[in-house]
Amino acid sequence: MAHHSHEPEVTVIPPDKAKIKLLWKTALILFIITMVEFLIAFTIPHEYHNARVFIFVAMTIVKAGYIVLEFMHLKYEVKVLFWSVLIPMIFVIWMLVAFVYEGMKISEINFLK
Amino acid sequence: MAHSTAASATAPGRSVWDGGTSPMGASYGKLMMWFFLLSDAFTFSGLLITYGLVRSAHPGYAGKIADFHFSTAHWPVPEKVFDSIPFYHGIPLPLVFVGFMTFVLILSSVTMVLAVEAGHRMDRKAVEKWMLWTLVGGIAFLSCQAWEWSHFIHGTDTPTIVKYFVNGQWISKEIFGANLHVNQYGPQDFADFFFFITGFHGFHVFSGVLLNFLIYYNTVTGVYNRRGSYEMVEKVGLYWHFVDLVWVFVFTFFYLV
Repeated sequence: MAHHSHEPEVTVIPPDKAKIKLLWKTALILFIITMVEFLIAFTIPHEYHNARVFIFVAMTIVKAGYIVLEFMHLKYEVKVLFWSVLIPMIFVIWMLVAFVYEGMKISEINFLK
Repeated sequence: MAHSTAASATAPGRSVWDGGTSPMGASYGKLMMWFFLLSDAFTFSGLLITYGLVRSAHPGYAGKIADFHFSTAHWPVPEKVFDSIPFYHGIPLPLVFVGFMTFVLILSSVTMVLAVEAGHRMDRKAVEKWMLWTLVGGIAFLSCQAWEWSHFIHGTDTPTIVKYFVNGQWISKEIFGANLHVNQYGPQDFADFFFFITGFHGFHVFSGVLLNFLIYYNTVTGVYNRRGSYEMVEKVGLYWHFVDLVWVFVFTFFYLV
Protein backbone atom coordinates (compact mmCIF):
# COMPACT_ATOMS: atom_id res chain seq x y z
CA MET A 1 0.00 0.00 0.00
CA ALA A 2 1.87 2.99 1.33
CA HIS A 3 5.18 2.30 -0.33
CA HIS A 4 6.17 5.90 -0.74
CA SER A 5 5.42 6.74 2.86
CA HIS A 6 8.45 7.31 4.99
CA GLU A 7 9.55 4.26 7.06
CA PRO A 8 9.69 5.15 10.76
CA GLU A 9 12.83 4.66 12.79
CA VAL A 10 12.37 1.53 14.91
CA THR A 11 14.71 0.58 17.70
CA VAL A 12 15.13 -3.17 17.92
CA ILE A 13 15.45 -4.41 21.48
CA PRO A 14 18.05 -7.21 21.81
CA PRO A 15 16.62 -10.68 22.56
CA ASP A 16 16.19 -11.82 26.15
CA LYS A 17 18.20 -15.06 26.21
CA ALA A 18 16.54 -16.43 29.36
CA LYS A 19 13.04 -15.96 27.90
CA ILE A 20 13.92 -17.71 24.63
CA LYS A 21 15.60 -20.53 26.55
CA LEU A 22 12.41 -21.05 28.57
CA LEU A 23 10.40 -21.36 25.31
CA TRP A 24 12.72 -24.02 23.90
CA LYS A 25 12.68 -25.80 27.25
CA THR A 26 8.86 -25.89 27.13
CA ALA A 27 9.05 -27.36 23.63
CA LEU A 28 11.50 -30.00 24.85
CA ILE A 29 9.16 -30.94 27.71
CA LEU A 30 6.24 -31.29 25.27
CA PHE A 31 8.40 -33.46 23.01
CA ILE A 32 9.53 -35.70 25.88
CA ILE A 33 5.96 -36.15 27.17
CA THR A 34 4.83 -37.18 23.66
CA MET A 35 7.69 -39.68 23.48
CA VAL A 36 6.72 -41.13 26.87
CA GLU A 37 3.14 -41.45 25.62
CA PHE A 38 4.46 -43.54 22.74
CA LEU A 39 6.46 -45.67 25.11
CA ILE A 40 3.36 -46.29 27.23
CA ALA A 41 1.22 -47.04 24.15
CA PHE A 42 3.53 -49.96 23.34
CA THR A 43 4.67 -51.15 26.76
CA ILE A 44 1.54 -51.20 28.94
CA PRO A 45 -0.65 -53.99 27.50
CA HIS A 46 -4.18 -53.19 26.32
CA GLU A 47 -5.64 -55.35 29.10
CA TYR A 48 -4.94 -52.45 31.49
CA HIS A 49 -7.26 -50.21 29.51
CA ASN A 50 -8.34 -47.95 32.38
CA ALA A 51 -4.77 -47.41 33.58
CA ARG A 52 -3.72 -46.50 30.03
CA VAL A 53 -6.59 -44.05 29.63
CA PHE A 54 -5.82 -42.46 32.99
CA ILE A 55 -2.13 -41.98 32.16
CA PHE A 56 -2.84 -40.64 28.67
CA VAL A 57 -5.43 -38.15 29.92
CA ALA A 58 -3.14 -37.00 32.74
CA MET A 59 -0.24 -36.44 30.33
CA THR A 60 -2.51 -34.63 27.88
CA ILE A 61 -3.58 -32.23 30.62
CA VAL A 62 0.08 -31.58 31.49
CA LYS A 63 0.84 -30.88 27.81
CA ALA A 64 -2.23 -28.65 27.48
CA GLY A 65 -1.11 -26.81 30.61
CA TYR A 66 2.31 -26.03 29.16
CA ILE A 67 0.81 -24.84 25.86
CA VAL A 68 -1.81 -22.60 27.45
CA LEU A 69 0.30 -21.23 30.31
CA GLU A 70 3.65 -20.76 28.54
CA PHE A 71 3.02 -20.57 24.78
CA MET A 72 -0.28 -18.71 25.05
CA HIS A 73 1.17 -16.69 27.91
CA LEU A 74 -1.92 -17.12 30.09
CA LYS A 75 0.20 -17.61 33.22
CA TYR A 76 1.44 -14.02 32.94
CA GLU A 77 -1.95 -12.41 32.29
CA VAL A 78 -4.10 -10.59 34.85
CA LYS A 79 -5.86 -13.01 37.25
CA VAL A 80 -9.35 -12.00 36.06
CA LEU A 81 -8.50 -13.00 32.50
CA PHE A 82 -6.81 -16.19 33.68
CA TRP A 83 -9.88 -17.37 35.59
CA SER A 84 -12.48 -16.20 33.08
CA VAL A 85 -10.82 -18.48 30.54
CA LEU A 86 -10.29 -21.46 32.85
CA ILE A 87 -13.49 -21.53 34.95
CA PRO A 88 -15.89 -22.13 32.00
CA MET A 89 -13.90 -25.28 31.18
CA ILE A 90 -15.35 -26.85 34.36
CA PHE A 91 -18.59 -27.30 32.40
CA VAL A 92 -16.69 -29.14 29.69
CA ILE A 93 -15.15 -31.53 32.21
CA TRP A 94 -18.58 -32.24 33.70
CA MET A 95 -20.02 -32.72 30.21
CA LEU A 96 -17.27 -35.23 29.38
CA VAL A 97 -17.85 -37.26 32.55
CA ALA A 98 -21.64 -37.22 32.11
CA PHE A 99 -21.62 -38.21 28.45
CA VAL A 100 -19.05 -41.00 28.72
CA TYR A 101 -21.03 -42.43 31.65
CA GLU A 102 -24.19 -42.15 29.55
CA GLY A 103 -22.43 -43.99 26.71
CA MET A 104 -21.49 -46.86 29.01
CA LYS A 105 -25.12 -47.15 30.12
CA ILE A 106 -26.27 -47.21 26.46
CA SER A 107 -23.73 -49.96 25.85
CA GLU A 108 -25.13 -52.01 28.74
CA ILE A 109 -28.66 -51.76 27.36
CA ASN A 110 -27.77 -52.42 23.72
CA PHE A 111 -25.20 -55.15 23.99
CA LEU A 112 -26.20 -57.20 27.04
CA LYS A 113 -26.54 -60.71 25.74
CA MET B 1 0.48 -4.97 26.72
CA ALA B 2 -0.99 -2.80 29.47
CA HIS B 3 -0.23 -5.26 32.24
CA SER B 4 0.13 -3.10 35.31
CA THR B 5 -2.28 -0.28 34.48
CA ALA B 6 -5.32 -2.35 35.43
CA ALA B 7 -6.24 -1.30 38.95
CA SER B 8 -3.85 1.54 39.63
CA ALA B 9 -5.56 4.13 37.44
CA THR B 10 -8.98 4.00 39.14
CA ALA B 11 -10.26 6.95 41.08
CA PRO B 12 -11.31 6.31 44.71
CA GLY B 13 -14.84 4.93 45.05
CA ARG B 14 -14.87 3.63 41.49
CA SER B 15 -14.41 -0.01 40.58
CA VAL B 16 -12.09 -1.11 37.79
CA TRP B 17 -15.23 -2.21 35.97
CA ASP B 18 -16.68 1.34 35.85
CA GLY B 19 -14.81 2.16 32.66
CA GLY B 20 -11.71 4.07 31.72
CA THR B 21 -9.35 1.22 32.58
CA SER B 22 -8.80 -2.26 31.20
CA PRO B 23 -9.47 -4.63 34.11
CA MET B 24 -8.19 -7.62 32.18
CA GLY B 25 -4.99 -5.84 31.19
CA ALA B 26 -5.36 -6.80 27.54
CA SER B 27 -6.35 -4.91 24.42
CA TYR B 28 -9.83 -5.35 22.95
CA GLY B 29 -8.57 -7.48 20.07
CA LYS B 30 -6.55 -9.80 22.24
CA LEU B 31 -9.40 -10.22 24.70
CA MET B 32 -11.82 -11.04 21.90
CA MET B 33 -9.36 -13.58 20.53
CA TRP B 34 -9.28 -15.26 23.96
CA PHE B 35 -13.06 -15.43 24.16
CA PHE B 36 -13.35 -16.64 20.59
CA LEU B 37 -10.89 -19.41 21.43
CA LEU B 38 -12.92 -20.28 24.53
CA SER B 39 -16.03 -20.67 22.36
CA ASP B 40 -14.03 -22.66 19.82
CA ALA B 41 -12.84 -24.89 22.66
CA PHE B 42 -16.51 -25.56 23.44
CA THR B 43 -17.12 -26.58 19.83
CA PHE B 44 -14.19 -29.00 19.80
CA SER B 45 -15.18 -30.31 23.23
CA GLY B 46 -18.64 -30.97 21.81
CA LEU B 47 -17.15 -33.06 19.01
CA LEU B 48 -14.70 -34.94 21.21
CA ILE B 49 -17.23 -35.58 23.97
CA THR B 50 -19.74 -36.93 21.44
CA TYR B 51 -16.96 -39.20 20.21
CA GLY B 52 -16.47 -40.35 23.82
CA LEU B 53 -20.20 -41.01 24.21
CA VAL B 54 -20.52 -43.00 20.98
CA ARG B 55 -17.32 -44.86 21.58
CA SER B 56 -18.27 -45.95 25.08
CA ALA B 57 -21.69 -46.95 23.75
CA HIS B 58 -20.02 -49.47 21.40
CA PRO B 59 -18.35 -52.68 22.56
CA GLY B 60 -14.56 -52.44 22.59
CA TYR B 61 -12.26 -55.10 21.18
CA ALA B 62 -11.95 -57.75 23.90
CA GLY B 63 -9.49 -60.27 22.43
CA LYS B 64 -5.70 -60.36 22.20
CA ILE B 65 -4.11 -57.47 20.28
CA ALA B 66 -2.13 -59.89 18.09
CA ASP B 67 -5.39 -61.45 16.84
CA PHE B 68 -7.04 -58.09 16.14
CA HIS B 69 -9.15 -57.91 12.99
CA PHE B 70 -11.39 -55.18 11.59
CA SER B 71 -15.09 -55.77 12.19
CA THR B 72 -18.19 -53.64 12.48
CA ALA B 73 -18.96 -55.56 15.67
CA HIS B 74 -16.34 -53.80 17.79
CA TRP B 75 -14.64 -50.42 17.97
CA PRO B 76 -11.19 -50.63 16.33
CA VAL B 77 -7.92 -50.34 18.26
CA PRO B 78 -6.52 -47.07 16.82
CA GLU B 79 -2.91 -48.24 16.57
CA LYS B 80 -4.12 -51.00 14.23
CA VAL B 81 -5.88 -48.48 11.98
CA PHE B 82 -3.16 -45.83 11.85
CA ASP B 83 -0.07 -47.95 11.29
CA SER B 84 1.29 -46.76 7.94
CA ILE B 85 3.81 -44.21 6.79
CA PRO B 86 4.46 -43.06 3.21
CA PHE B 87 6.81 -45.18 1.03
CA TYR B 88 6.75 -48.18 3.40
CA HIS B 89 3.76 -50.04 2.12
CA GLY B 90 2.74 -53.10 4.10
CA ILE B 91 5.14 -52.51 6.99
CA PRO B 92 3.18 -51.93 10.20
CA LEU B 93 4.57 -48.87 11.98
CA PRO B 94 1.79 -48.01 14.42
CA LEU B 95 1.28 -44.33 15.27
CA VAL B 96 4.67 -43.30 13.86
CA PHE B 97 3.23 -40.99 11.21
CA VAL B 98 0.73 -39.33 13.51
CA GLY B 99 3.53 -38.92 16.07
CA PHE B 100 5.55 -37.13 13.42
CA MET B 101 2.57 -34.85 12.71
CA THR B 102 2.30 -34.03 16.42
CA PHE B 103 5.97 -33.18 16.49
CA VAL B 104 5.63 -30.90 13.43
CA LEU B 105 2.75 -29.01 15.01
CA ILE B 106 4.54 -28.58 18.36
CA LEU B 107 7.62 -27.26 16.53
CA SER B 108 5.56 -24.78 14.53
CA SER B 109 4.03 -23.62 17.82
CA VAL B 110 7.53 -22.92 19.14
CA THR B 111 8.50 -20.94 16.04
CA MET B 112 5.24 -18.98 16.40
CA VAL B 113 5.96 -18.06 20.01
CA LEU B 114 9.46 -17.00 18.94
CA ALA B 115 7.88 -14.75 16.30
CA VAL B 116 5.66 -13.22 18.99
CA GLU B 117 8.70 -12.67 21.19
CA ALA B 118 10.55 -11.02 18.30
CA GLY B 119 7.49 -8.83 17.68
CA HIS B 120 7.63 -7.54 21.25
CA ARG B 121 11.18 -6.45 20.54
CA MET B 122 10.15 -4.80 17.22
CA ASP B 123 12.64 -7.10 15.48
CA ARG B 124 11.16 -7.26 11.98
CA LYS B 125 13.80 -9.57 10.50
CA ALA B 126 13.34 -12.14 13.28
CA VAL B 127 9.53 -12.00 12.98
CA GLU B 128 9.86 -12.65 9.24
CA LYS B 129 12.17 -15.61 9.83
CA TRP B 130 10.05 -17.27 12.50
CA MET B 131 6.75 -16.64 10.68
CA LEU B 132 8.22 -18.33 7.62
CA TRP B 133 9.17 -21.40 9.70
CA THR B 134 5.68 -21.43 11.23
CA LEU B 135 4.21 -21.41 7.72
CA VAL B 136 6.46 -24.30 6.71
CA GLY B 137 5.30 -26.26 9.78
CA GLY B 138 1.62 -25.59 9.07
CA ILE B 139 1.88 -26.59 5.41
CA ALA B 140 3.86 -29.72 6.34
CA PHE B 141 1.15 -30.71 8.81
CA LEU B 142 -1.61 -30.19 6.22
CA SER B 143 0.29 -32.25 3.66
CA CYS B 144 0.70 -35.08 6.16
CA GLN B 145 -2.99 -34.94 6.90
CA ALA B 146 -3.84 -35.10 3.21
CA TRP B 147 -1.81 -38.30 2.94
CA GLU B 148 -3.37 -39.69 6.12
CA TRP B 149 -6.90 -39.06 4.78
CA SER B 150 -6.09 -40.50 1.40
CA HIS B 151 -4.71 -43.65 3.02
CA PHE B 152 -7.72 -43.93 5.33
CA ILE B 153 -10.14 -43.52 2.42
CA HIS B 154 -8.41 -46.08 0.19
CA GLY B 155 -8.00 -48.70 2.90
CA THR B 156 -5.86 -51.77 3.39
CA ASP B 157 -4.90 -54.52 0.91
CA THR B 158 -7.42 -56.99 2.28
CA PRO B 159 -11.08 -56.01 2.47
CA THR B 160 -13.39 -56.34 5.45
CA ILE B 161 -16.61 -58.29 4.90
CA VAL B 162 -19.49 -56.11 6.04
CA LYS B 163 -23.11 -57.29 6.24
CA TYR B 164 -25.88 -54.94 5.11
CA PHE B 165 -29.62 -55.27 5.47
CA VAL B 166 -30.97 -54.39 2.01
CA ASN B 167 -34.57 -54.90 0.81
CA GLY B 168 -35.43 -57.29 3.59
CA GLN B 169 -32.36 -59.51 3.37
CA TRP B 170 -28.77 -59.59 4.58
CA ILE B 171 -26.08 -59.21 1.97
CA SER B 172 -22.28 -59.31 2.42
CA LYS B 173 -19.96 -56.84 0.76
CA GLU B 174 -16.20 -56.51 0.57
CA ILE B 175 -15.31 -53.07 1.85
CA PHE B 176 -12.00 -51.31 1.22
CA GLY B 177 -11.28 -48.12 3.16
CA ALA B 178 -13.87 -45.74 4.52
CA ASN B 179 -16.08 -42.79 3.71
CA LEU B 180 -19.30 -41.40 5.22
CA HIS B 181 -21.28 -44.42 3.95
CA VAL B 182 -19.00 -47.42 4.42
CA ASN B 183 -16.17 -48.21 6.82
CA GLN B 184 -13.85 -51.20 6.74
CA TYR B 185 -12.18 -50.40 10.08
CA GLY B 186 -15.16 -50.76 12.39
CA PRO B 187 -18.56 -49.23 13.14
CA GLN B 188 -19.61 -46.51 10.68
CA ASP B 189 -19.48 -43.90 13.47
CA PHE B 190 -15.72 -44.41 13.74
CA ALA B 191 -15.10 -43.23 10.18
CA ASP B 192 -17.64 -40.41 10.48
CA PHE B 193 -15.95 -39.07 13.61
CA PHE B 194 -12.55 -39.42 12.00
CA PHE B 195 -13.60 -37.23 9.08
CA PHE B 196 -15.49 -34.70 11.21
CA ILE B 197 -12.98 -34.25 14.02
CA THR B 198 -9.71 -34.35 12.08
CA GLY B 199 -11.43 -32.48 9.25
CA PHE B 200 -12.65 -29.69 11.52
CA HIS B 201 -9.20 -29.47 13.07
CA GLY B 202 -7.54 -29.56 9.65
CA PHE B 203 -9.77 -26.69 8.52
CA HIS B 204 -8.59 -24.73 11.56
CA VAL B 205 -4.99 -25.44 10.57
CA PHE B 206 -5.76 -24.30 7.03
CA SER B 207 -7.30 -21.02 8.27
CA GLY B 208 -4.31 -20.66 10.59
CA VAL B 209 -1.90 -20.98 7.67
CA LEU B 210 -3.83 -18.27 5.78
CA LEU B 211 -3.76 -15.96 8.81
CA ASN B 212 -0.07 -16.67 9.36
CA PHE B 213 0.61 -15.80 5.74
CA LEU B 214 -1.27 -12.52 6.18
CA ILE B 215 0.87 -11.70 9.23
CA TYR B 216 4.02 -12.63 7.34
CA TYR B 217 2.99 -10.44 4.39
CA ASN B 218 2.19 -7.49 6.64
CA THR B 219 5.50 -7.88 8.44
CA VAL B 220 7.47 -7.99 5.20
CA THR B 221 5.68 -4.93 3.82
CA GLY B 222 6.39 -3.08 7.06
CA VAL B 223 2.77 -2.57 8.16
CA TYR B 224 3.52 -3.37 11.81
CA ASN B 225 6.65 -1.24 11.86
CA ARG B 226 4.63 1.74 10.67
CA ARG B 227 1.89 0.91 13.17
CA GLY B 228 4.52 0.77 15.91
CA SER B 229 3.14 -2.50 17.30
CA TYR B 230 3.38 -6.20 16.45
CA GLU B 231 0.32 -7.13 18.51
CA MET B 232 -1.34 -8.77 15.50
CA VAL B 233 1.42 -11.41 15.58
CA GLU B 234 0.45 -12.11 19.18
CA LYS B 235 -3.28 -12.42 18.41
CA VAL B 236 -2.81 -14.78 15.49
CA GLY B 237 -0.20 -16.56 17.60
CA LEU B 238 -2.88 -17.29 20.20
CA TYR B 239 -5.02 -18.88 17.47
CA TRP B 240 -2.11 -20.94 16.19
CA HIS B 241 -1.29 -22.27 19.67
CA PHE B 242 -4.94 -23.15 20.13
CA VAL B 243 -4.81 -25.26 16.97
CA ASP B 244 -1.80 -27.07 18.46
CA LEU B 245 -3.65 -27.43 21.76
CA VAL B 246 -6.65 -29.05 20.08
CA TRP B 247 -4.37 -31.46 18.25
CA VAL B 248 -2.91 -32.59 21.58
CA PHE B 249 -6.43 -33.63 22.62
CA VAL B 250 -7.33 -35.16 19.24
CA PHE B 251 -4.07 -37.12 19.35
CA THR B 252 -4.88 -38.57 22.78
CA PHE B 253 -8.58 -39.27 22.33
CA PHE B 254 -8.51 -40.45 18.74
CA TYR B 255 -5.13 -42.12 18.32
CA LEU B 256 -3.93 -43.22 21.76
CA VAL B 257 -6.92 -44.15 23.91
